[in-house]
Amino acid sequence: MKEYEIVIGLEVHVELATKSKIFCGCSTAFGGAPNSHTCPVCTGMPGSLPVLNKKVVEYAMAVGLATNCAISPQTKFDRKNYFYPDNPQDYQISQLYLPICRDGFVEIDVEGKKKVGIHEIHMEEDAGKLIHDETKDCSYVDYNRAGVPLIEIVSKPDMRSAKEVIAYLEKLRILIQYLGVSDCKLQEGSMRADVNLSVRLRGETEYGTRTEMKNLSSFKAITRAVDYESKRQIALLESGQVVEQETRRWDDEKGASFTMRSKEDAQDYRYFPEPDLLPLLIDHAWIETIKAKQPEFRDEKIKRYQTEYQIPEYDILILTENKHTADIFEATVALGANPKKVSNWIMGEALRLLKESEKDAKDLCLTPAHLAKLIELVDKRVINNTTAKEVFEVMFHEDVDPEKYVREHGLKMEMEDGQLEDMIRQVIEDNPQSVEDYRNGKKKAMGFLVGQTMKATKGKADPAAINRILSELLDN
Amino acid sequence: MDINELSALELGQQIQKKEISVKEAVEASFQKIEEKEPTLNCYVTTDYEGALLQAEAVQDRINRGERMGALAGVPIAVKDNICTKNLRTTCSSKMLYNFVPTYDSEAVTKLKNAGLIILGKTNMDEFGMGSTTETSYYGVTKNPWDITRVPGGSSGGSCAAVAAKETFLALGTDTGGSIRQPSAFCGVTGLKPTYGTVSRYGLIAYGSSLEQIGPIGKNVSDCAALLELIYGRDVKDSTSVVECDASPDGSFMGMLKEDVRGLRIGIPKEFLAEGLNEEVKASVLKAAHGFEENGAIVEEFSLANVSYAIPAYYIIASCEASSNLGRYDGVKYGYRSKEYQGLTDMYRKSRTEGFGTEVKRRIMLGSFALSSGYYEAYYLKALKARTLMKQEFEKAFAKYDLILGPTAPTTAMKLGENLQDPIQMYLGDMDTIFANMTGCPAISIPCGMDSKGLPIGLQLMANCFREDTLIQAAYAYERFSEA
Repeated sequence: MKEYEIVIGLEVHVELATKSKIFCGCSTAFGGAPNSHTCPVCTGMPGSLPVLNKKVVEYAMAVGLATNCAISPQTKFDRKNYFYPDNPQDYQISQLYLPICRDGFVEIDVEGKKKVGIHEIHMEEDAGKLIHDETKDCSYVDYNRAGVPLIEIVSKPDMRSAKEVIAYLEKLRILIQYLGVSDCKLQEGSMRADVNLSVRLRGETEYGTRTEMKNLSSFKAITRAVDYESKRQIALLESGQVVEQETRRWDDEKGASFTMRSKEDAQDYRYFPEPDLLPLLIDHAWIETIKAKQPEFRDEKIKRYQTEYQIPEYDILILTENKHTADIFEATVALGANPKKVSNWIMGEALRLLKESEKDAKDLCLTPAHLAKLIELVDKRVINNTTAKEVFEVMFHEDVDPEKYVREHGLKMEMEDGQLEDMIRQVIEDNPQSVEDYRNGKKKAMGFLVGQTMKATKGKADPAAINRILSELLDN
Repeated sequence: MDINELSALELGQQIQKKEISVKEAVEASFQKIEEKEPTLNCYVTTDYEGALLQAEAVQDRINRGERMGALAGVPIAVKDNICTKNLRTTCSSKMLYNFVPTYDSEAVTKLKNAGLIILGKTNMDEFGMGSTTETSYYGVTKNPWDITRVPGGSSGGSCAAVAAKETFLALGTDTGGSIRQPSAFCGVTGLKPTYGTVSRYGLIAYGSSLEQIGPIGKNVSDCAALLELIYGRDVKDSTSVVECDASPDGSFMGMLKEDVRGLRIGIPKEFLAEGLNEEVKASVLKAAHGFEENGAIVEEFSLANVSYAIPAYYIIASCEASSNLGRYDGVKYGYRSKEYQGLTDMYRKSRTEGFGTEVKRRIMLGSFALSSGYYEAYYLKALKARTLMKQEFEKAFAKYDLILGPTAPTTAMKLGENLQDPIQMYLGDMDTIFANMTGCPAISIPCGMDSKGLPIGLQLMANCFREDTLIQAAYAYERFSEA
């Protein structure tokens, strides 16, 4: 078989986390009774008019700057006309002719670094939701999501494999999360990706006919869909057939895609400039203000961590995957805590507890001062590691001050060596068998005796001290 | 004293002085409505009970000594494409036969705050598409001067209601002449303000980039008073301009002085060319002469590219309309066909049955002009023509304070005369569409009668934001033409 190359471009929709909708003051909050977050504007009432939410523009600019785009000095909205009940005005306000951002790129690293070009980023409004009632044979529409702001990031056809697609999406997701403008969840639809794919013989300079694939709700689905679609297209070409330009729908359960509409059925959206909104002028000063607010992104952070903190590469990658955990890490270290110890707490206990409580890293509620104090308590042997883990769990759930908590719950190791020695002597006396085992070379018996001592001290003793005293008493 | 004979400002004064109660004013209007409506059909909906409730509330405010404006307590009619909360608003279309807005348009909010009493909603061409009020689903409105003739349109109901004294004031809307042309046909005064100075929030859109709400009254003073009320920036309308914030209170009322000395007035030769009725021409030239006699400098000049105006206007208006009217799909409100199979069929039947012929014609025209492959040839070209017209007007206003001409090339036509020939109807907009294409303000004032006893309208246009000049000149004309 001839060797084929897969060519992929993505259209990524990202829901922006503004408090209010793009063209009215209604809340963007999830939930709420159907149509409770609506007004004349987002239900398309006759006579209503859109007013642009400035925050949406700033979020779009921030994403544009983060992806090395040029910000248009003049940007305009256009109407995309089509009939569907989830679209209350029967047109969507979007941008066709003068999108806000153009000509950017992001760098990905899959078997070597490469740039994926960004053709444009534009702003638009989301549609409502249709709810079909099969029993009554009718449909309802909920406009709570209508008017929620979206940006669409259109890449150039620069990707050549599913791995590159995933790397590109991961890159976008982390950039956007760092900016705090969206939580980018594929499963929940706050990030949606449509895949444009074509194949061509390796070495060919012209692109093949592409198809567009929709309904991809996980990275796994995207990988499978890319694999399926490239094989389908290659098989068509190999058998002397042609690829039809069409929109296809991915069915993850069936593991296959199906024609949604062919080129002939493509709608004519009759785009034209939105007369209800004036062209938006973006001056240099405004761009500079947004630029000044850009955070340190992950790539820069990774580089800095490598020189600034003595922690392993693996720790760096995990800590920086989410800006929030990186922020906690840095703030705690800034308070004087040991970087590796901080990293251990975040990567170990914090991530374990997050997973356990099915929470996102961005929801981690951990006060750096508290974490620093906890580490100090262990360092100063005020509490032992086991107690520290218990305290940490309380901190994780209730954000308590560990010092105060230890004091109020009497968790401090208060044993003087003399008092501890007395208790250990008692343990030795109560467990002659273990003592004998130990002296006969069964070193494991030591662990049992330490455990018995800890039990007797109700965990308030320093395990290191128990070990030291036990060894002294047993070895003499 | 016959209350209905008073001007709005005179009535407002009597109400302030408690010579006339608000209720008496409302009753007087409704008496006239009862008498004339069976013949004229100016209103789609009247709201007698609502008006009485409003009257009571406003009277209370006056009695409590609240400081209110010059028009407090004065009855007003509102064109049926301007949203009124809890009062049916149909755009004279079957499509919105049952539509009751959940909110007030900004203009209506301002009227209510100022204590004006809304009598009802006036008839119009369906969605504003027409120049005769004959495309209304709710029957034609007849011209009070001759009931065999049209009142003009699309604000025909508003203008006829003022002319027949079924109201003291009215709000109209003007997309291509829809306030001015029926004002001319009905012998009343109507003003289209500068684009962006009166909020369009709550105005049911036809041609978004062209239309404005404006005042219609018995004379220039009444219009100035009403304009002052509704004028001003509104954050709910993104196309509303900051400039109109600069106009201090009283700026229009303060312009009511009889002085046109030194005013530079230009008459475009093209407005006097072929197709203009001779009697209308004579009246307009007589008015121009009057201005000259009173100290204005009047001369003829030539406007370039005039022949592109009507095609460009109809492309832009129809394109915007084809999109604006998409929302009438039978899903959310308004008319839905009784029998259909599936979504597409519901759309098709609801829109086929709900819209009238002229509306469908313009939706098709606009959809075609916007479709891919034609967009550049039609819509973009029309935008370019519009830009040229704006430049042409900028040049003209560098030389002249006002542009003078007829409001319409003829007086009111016979009912049914124009309906068969849409092109002829579109050509009738020749004199008025420039103000919409360029955004400038324009006023129509009565300037005599033709031999059939029908009113003739004089149109004055001023540069953007120069409503003050417009009002002063119109007011002066009103005075010296009476003398």
